[in-house]
Amino acid sequence: MNDRDLPAGLTALDRPNSYIGRSVARPNLARLTQGRGQYVSDVVLPRMAHAAFVRSPHAHARIKQINTDAAKRVPGVIAVVTGAELATVCTPWVGVLTHLKGLKSAPQHAVAVERACWQGEAVVAVVARTRALAEDAAELVEVEYEELPAVTDAETALDKATPVIHPDLGDNLTFERTLDAGQVDKALNESDAVVETTFLFGRHTGVTNEPRAAVADWNEGAQRLTVHHGTQAPHMMQNIFAKHLGLAEHQVRVVTNDVGGSFGIKVHVYADEMATVALSKLLKRPVKYVADRIESFVTDIHARDHRVKARIGVTKDGRITAFEIDDLTGIGPYSVYPRTSGIEANQIVNLVGGPYACPNYRARARVVFQNKNVMCQYRAVGHPIATAVTEGLVELAAAKIGIDPVEVRRKNLIADEAYPCGSAAGLKFEKLSHHASLDKLIAMMDYDRLRRDQAAARARGIHRGIGFAAFIEVTNPSAAFYGVGGARISSQDGATVRLDAQGAVICHTGVTEQGQGSEAVIAQVVATSFGVPLDRVRVITGDTDNTPYGGGTWASRAAGIGGEAAWQAGKALRANVLAVAASILQAEPKALDIRAAAVVDADTGRERIGLDEVARIAYFRPDTLPPGFQAELMATRHYVPRAWPFAFTNGIQASHLEVDTDTGFVTLLDHWVVEDCGTVINPQLVDEQIRGGVVQGIGAALFEHCLYDAQGQLLNGNMADYLVPMAAEMPDIQVGHVVTPTGDSEIGAKGAGEAGTAGAPGAVMNAVNDALRPLGARSITVMPITPGVVLQALGKSE
Amino acid sequence: MKPAPFDYARARSVEHAVELLGREGARVLAGGQSLIATLNMRLSHPSLLVDINEVTGLDRIARRNGHIEIGALVRHVQAERSAEIAQTAPLVARALPHIGHPAIRNRGTIGGSIAFADPAAELPACLLALDGEVEIAGPAGKRTVKADDFFQGLFETALGPRDVLIAIRLPAATHDTRVGFAELARRHGDYAMVGLAAAARANGTKLTDVRLVFFGVGSTPVRARDAEAALAAGDLEAGVKALARNLDPPDDVQATGAVKKHLAGVLLRRVARQLTEAPQ
Repeated sequence: MNDRDLPAGLTALDRPNSYIGRSVARPNLARLTQGRGQYVSDVVLPRMAHAAFVRSPHAHARIKQINTDAAKRVPGVIAVVTGAELATVCTPWVGVLTHLKGLKSAPQHAVAVERACWQGEAVVAVVARTRALAEDAAELVEVEYEELPAVTDAETALDKATPVIHPDLGDNLTFERTLDAGQVDKALNESDAVVETTFLFGRHTGVTNEPRAAVADWNEGAQRLTVHHGTQAPHMMQNIFAKHLGLAEHQVRVVTNDVGGSFGIKVHVYADEMATVALSKLLKRPVKYVADRIESFVTDIHARDHRVKARIGVTKDGRITAFEIDDLTGIGPYSVYPRTSGIEANQIVNLVGGPYACPNYRARARVVFQNKNVMCQYRAVGHPIATAVTEGLVELAAAKIGIDPVEVRRKNLIADEAYPCGSAAGLKFEKLSHHASLDKLIAMMDYDRLRRDQAAARARGIHRGIGFAAFIEVTNPSAAFYGVGGARISSQDGATVRLDAQGAVICHTGVTEQGQGSEAVIAQVVATSFGVPLDRVRVITGDTDNTPYGGGTWASRAAGIGGEAAWQAGKALRANVLAVAASILQAEPKALDIRAAAVVDADTGRERIGLDEVARIAYFRPDTLPPGFQAELMATRHYVPRAWPFAFTNGIQASHLEVDTDTGFVTLLDHWVVEDCGTVINPQLVDEQIRGGVVQGIGAALFEHCLYDAQGQLLNGNMADYLVPMAAEMPDIQVGHVVTPTGDSEIGAKGAGEAGTAGAPGAVMNAVNDALRPLGARSITVMPITPGVVLQALGKSE
Repeated sequence: MKPAPFDYARARSVEHAVELLGREGARVLAGGQSLIATLNMRLSHPSLLVDINEVTGLDRIARRNGHIEIGALVRHVQAERSAEIAQTAPLVARALPHIGHPAIRNRGTIGGSIAFADPAAELPACLLALDGEVEIAGPAGKRTVKADDFFQGLFETALGPRDVLIAIRLPAATHDTRVGFAELARRHGDYAMVGLAAAARANGTKLTDVRLVFFGVGSTPVRARDAEAALAAGDLEAGVKALARNLDPPDDVQATGAVKKHLAGVLLRRVARQLTEAPQ
């Protein structure tokens, strides 16, 4: 069936008993809440040993000598392995992509060879019967270091006087990108006001519920490697394990059952996980490694840490004339493999000014090496920074010319009728809904009343602020994201749908479940396109031996790309089943449909034959089918976006908060989000994606910060001193939607995973400044906004 | 995050605990809310844990001779729910909800909190503000140490390696007792960036015996003695100014010393207001 066959106003999604747009409970909910999940941490195999790592206490040091004798004598210790020894099993890697021109990095080993380049880098691996024994033995490994000067300040990393971390590379510059669109200087000269400021974004990290974990099992007899791995991208890891251990991909199986949260943290190659796999190959037995919280803080990728000098020009009547940014970020000693550490800065260049109809935009981004933990892509890569810079500038400019922050957006956001169109940075927009989203947000928050309440509170000495952040969001990436740069990261994804012998449906999908509910979404899509109740669909994910080749879950692609593949596979199976049914019923397949697990007359809905009966005949009595007819009760379809390199979504957020001007403490009162992710498959899951994202964005705005000293030592790498946002401090988060489906796919779904994180920091920052502006405070452009930052802005503390 | 190997012994009595502590490197295990974390992070390597949780008689809250005595094994949650503490130690009652989270308060003990002496913790400051005392059992028998002499340095107290803290004693509140408590933490349940526990006696419209104890500002809970005198003299502004002399908080990961000093002044104004209010 295609759209042309449907009555006016309906789409292909309007199937009878459709699950599209319904908040059905996730099929895996009961299993997970009853503690019957199967996380990598739960995996126990016969003869399994445990790895622990001796990690460098120095940010930069030559490894002069390693003495493992005492450690090897500890009863229960199986092996103590140095980087040089492990390098015989596992080759090093270099995190570069060809489409990020000029991006360079140095070879990185599973365990450091000769030199440790950040505090926390693994220097020696210890394998023992238990993790506790491995840690005991690790304490006995003697490593003699010669400390080297540590490069820690991104601002001086490129200075002549600063040592070069990788001398072979010539300098500490990882990547630089410039962009110059329109006539920035002319536009700024002709502006009535120009606002110039510097934004500082603290380095932080994603704190996953379950730490990174891998159980690697090299089977010498079968010459096969099985890795139970908490990853977002099993097929990507299959390729990488094969490549660096000298195996063919078919010799490697990556199994990813339940994963306790990823947020972009678990889509990268980690040295200690590579070491675990190499140790299994070396020792010919299963080896388990689960990062503990302390080592997670110094090894899980960090993100953000940008210094952005920025300018905006406006006319008196509020028209934005130009944006200009100069971004600098330090990414640790290596560009992370295989996605590289140039992407965040690149995204910032792409996204600044993105919601606005402003043709004049100049940008420079520089990415430099430093001796701190590596940085790479974390949820909403680059978006929170680009959004906070853009929206911070917009509100500062509005304040400078004295117009309302809503008004300035109405004047400058790209008109809803202007699509398709592009941005100054060259992004292509299929169809966005900035103005419809803004209108809806203003109604949800009752903006005029809120402004009146704000004024009344201020008269009582209570200082509240309202801040906005409009944003665009990159989702459903095509091969333009990584594939064209030479990375073997699949942008296409597949789904295989099979009818079982009782008429239920088994769906294998290439996208993965990280706790966000992608299994639920895939089940809803298949149940709808094929025509069965949800409880007749079983979804299988995360197994490179059994699922279609695909990219996994990242960049908000699971629903939009994996969902479309599943939709098409369900349709294909429906056609196949109807062919069987038609031959049994001697009817025309076109006159039939599948609804509620039965084959029915398409016109009347009258049941003709149950799916269980079709399956019985096809599987057990195919002799009764017409000669030459072969039933095909399994169908596979793949999908990749082709018309647009990315499905851009859009939205806007608002924050309402109160600042205690004596203490500098910020209390969040309300938060609103309107988001347009196209077709909403499961409203509850989408809303919770948004809320979770907002909370992580608030973490960046107010709490989370990886604090390093000048020697490159992380000062707060534990859950007491590193402040993740917690429920008690969070506001209610109200979520609304505008629905603009993408025409690139039949289901029309775009991604929703980045939106919350993209907009929240900018909205909170703007609200704090809105609260403080009448007090004559300096504008705050630093995150996290600690009490000290607020007090400084108020001139109450140096 | 696995502790280094250690031995474990369950003490049957206070005397037995003291005997077990004779071993070099032995440590007392009470609620374990600080100790277990330091073990797992391998920040401490005790040879033996002497578990006092089964020792009877240490989990009582009793009023005697104008004092309230709180046994070392009284859990935070038990103290929180105690009508006796609400009535006779209102400062402690105010402080308790700020300590960690319910799971921590279910297990953590009053004695453990005092003996561990975290300089950012609430209860050591309360003990000092209330001019309380600590009852200790050691190899030479029992002794009592005043709070002013108990907290000696960063995680250092009057407790020797073979001592067991068995109870704290606080003067019971009377009609003229005034207390105040406030702390600033960026997330509920965190250690305070700065906190203030205060006690005084009302004498008409004046305050006497003012004790102002700041926490999270140094290596021990810190009495601001000049500020105490200023408040007793009825001069709050002088008290706030005196904090510049009385406190010298070092920078830490949550705030600079300068910010902490400023916040200490804000807390003093807020707590001074509480000290003028008669109990309900």
